[in-house]
Amino acid sequence: MSTSFVLKNVSIGDGPVVDIQITGEVVTAIGSSLNGTEEIDCSGLVALPGLVDLHTHLREPGFEQSETVLTGTQAAALGGFTAVHAMANTSPVADTAGVVEQVAALGREAGYAEVFPIGAVTVGLEGNQLAELGAMANSKANVRVFSDDGKCVHDPVLMRRALEYVKAFGGVIAQHAQEPRLTEGAQMHEGAVSAELGLTGWPSVAEESIIARDVLLAEHVGSRVHICHLSTAGSVEIVRWAKARGISVTAEVTPHHLLLTDELVRSYNSVYKVNPPLRTESDVLALREALIDGTIDIIATDHAPHPIEAKDCEWNAAAFGMIGLETAASIAQLVLVDSGRSNWNRVAEVLSVNPAKIGQDPNQGVEISVGSVANLTLIDPTAIRTVIAESASKSKNSPYVGLELPGRVKHTIYRGYFTVRDGNLAKAGRA
Amino acid sequence: MNRNLLSAGDLSRDQAIEILDIAEGMADVNDREIKKLPTLRGKTVVNLFFEDSTRTRISFELAAKRLSADVINFSAKGSSVSKGESLKDTAQTLEAMGADAVVIRHSASGAANVLAHSGWINGAIVNAGDGTHEHPTQALLDAFTMRKRLHGSASNGKALEGVKVAIVGDILHSRVARSNLLLLNTLGAEVHFVAPPTLLPANASGMKAQLNYSLDDVLAEEKPDVVMMLRVQAERMNASYFPSEREYARIWGFNADRLGTLKPGAIVMHPGPMNRGLEIDAISADSPQSTVLEQVANGVSVRMAVLFSVLSGERANNVN
Repeated sequence: MSTSFVLKNVSIGDGPVVDIQITGEVVTAIGSSLNGTEEIDCSGLVALPGLVDLHTHLREPGFEQSETVLTGTQAAALGGFTAVHAMANTSPVADTAGVVEQVAALGREAGYAEVFPIGAVTVGLEGNQLAELGAMANSKANVRVFSDDGKCVHDPVLMRRALEYVKAFGGVIAQHAQEPRLTEGAQMHEGAVSAELGLTGWPSVAEESIIARDVLLAEHVGSRVHICHLSTAGSVEIVRWAKARGISVTAEVTPHHLLLTDELVRSYNSVYKVNPPLRTESDVLALREALIDGTIDIIATDHAPHPIEAKDCEWNAAAFGMIGLETAASIAQLVLVDSGRSNWNRVAEVLSVNPAKIGQDPNQGVEISVGSVANLTLIDPTAIRTVIAESASKSKNSPYVGLELPGRVKHTIYRGYFTVRDGNLAKAGRA
Repeated sequence: MNRNLLSAGDLSRDQAIEILDIAEGMADVNDREIKKLPTLRGKTVVNLFFEDSTRTRISFELAAKRLSADVINFSAKGSSVSKGESLKDTAQTLEAMGADAVVIRHSASGAANVLAHSGWINGAIVNAGDGTHEHPTQALLDAFTMRKRLHGSASNGKALEGVKVAIVGDILHSRVARSNLLLLNTLGAEVHFVAPPTLLPANASGMKAQLNYSLDDVLAEEKPDVVMMLRVQAERMNASYFPSEREYARIWGFNADRLGTLKPGAIVMHPGPMNRGLEIDAISADSPQSTVLEQVANGVSVRMAVLFSVLSGERANNVN
């Protein structure tokens, strides 16, 4: 029998203090006074099922100057993630079985987290013709989530067909909701601040009109749809209405849309340039409320690394996107736990259980129980840290640098292996 | 004043009046036979223009030359990394050459702010128009022109308390309107924006101006002291902001009929270049009420005052 270790005196979510025994890659016992080859004191720590990110950009293949699967999953591990979904806007685009299998293989090779490639909905993300969704689903990468993220599947007929087609293998379309004509040249949220700054506005209605259309399409064809990065109060209302009507829709919010507003753009610092854009305070409050009441199902980072030169320029020329893997759990803690509005069990739902369900990720997002695969994240909720620019990610475009955030990921255990221990990244990934 | 002039909103009332007063002195120089002061001898002013604007560039060039500065015109077409000439590389190049002041015109809103806060360059930064954001020297020269018409030789020290200004046209995309709004508010004037709804910001709640759709209503009810017509850019005409040029000219253009409704002493302004027959007709543009050419002349005086202010650091500290 392989060696076992015991996490001593840990709370599973909001539960009582217990010991967790892990043998090989499986949780073998939960109880008190458990023994193992090695005992690790986890007093004061909260254990969650390993975090799952449904929305990251790992940039490989094609944009290795920004990120690789290795560096991206290292950042993920430090953020407490044991699984990440990698968006399809690579070069070549992940629109064939070959590319998705390559990305999945790079993930296995790295060994810091499970990598689930997301397949493109349309060939080359161009919105003209369906990519070979079946081939990607049936490939070794076993793709279940499809998205043209970064671009919206704006053609209503194509979106309808995609929603229908993926029913054949239980897939889901993750829509980046952005009406393209309403957002031509858009630079930031359209509102009072954009009017003053003279930056072309990205109106809320450009997001909301697509969400409204797509939930109705999903209802019509009896399919399910996932909405990426909701950013407006209006989007929340539409999703709430759709869920009440029984439409099979799930919704996602990013950490930055839960925390930051368009007021930050006044600095013209392009680290705040992101798509969808930072919205207003009332949008932030609506998104938080929706996350607490269950209208929004998950937090996903939309981790979008960019090299320095893509941000070190005037606002209009800068790339959209910000990194977020290493700060997501802290923001979830801030919004759900420290606010007194919800609890750690909800953090586990939105950062692990629900995204794994939407992505149909085997052995991820599973309740910590005897016999389950040992994917765990242990958080010290009392820690306070000031975010620094240094990151395991290849890129430094974090909007949180200098901010004080609560909580710290102490250990990340991926299939029984410490990818992060005492806050330090393992020198090598899991073999 | 500050070492940079990025936004008309950066200026306090006192600072704005001081620049206008200095510009009065500069205007006197411009009336002399020898139009030159030795003030900025040995200083290098770079006109960094990422966007074509012959009028603004030669105005700054003349202003710097009349103050005896060395002037370099750097025309950098194409602004982004993708186009090959990055703002950062250009700024660092100028820094290496020892520019004391950089006058920047750029098609991207905020470009002057980015330059000023990047650490790429130590020289003073003067915003000569950034995208659809601001054009602070235009606002200063407009305020100077208003003051001159209202107070003549008694302008020194005066603000624009209670002056009613109607700014008419493409407010949404106008850096002239934004800078004028900020400076006019600072100087105590009352601003009315007049435009078709498509050319007003969707949310103007942060702007201290009254919004109107009807030019005729504003002329009749407000009796403005100043009507400032904005240029309609060609690219708006094919983007469904309004149905046709004819309809625009009919409803929002300034013409002889509307000129006739102005109260005595009221003026008609335009930042140029004008689309005669579109936002303003020839009779109005060439009328005694028109200040178009005075604005051009005053532009040189005001830009002399601005360059003088940003480049005389010691004095700046005494202002506040």
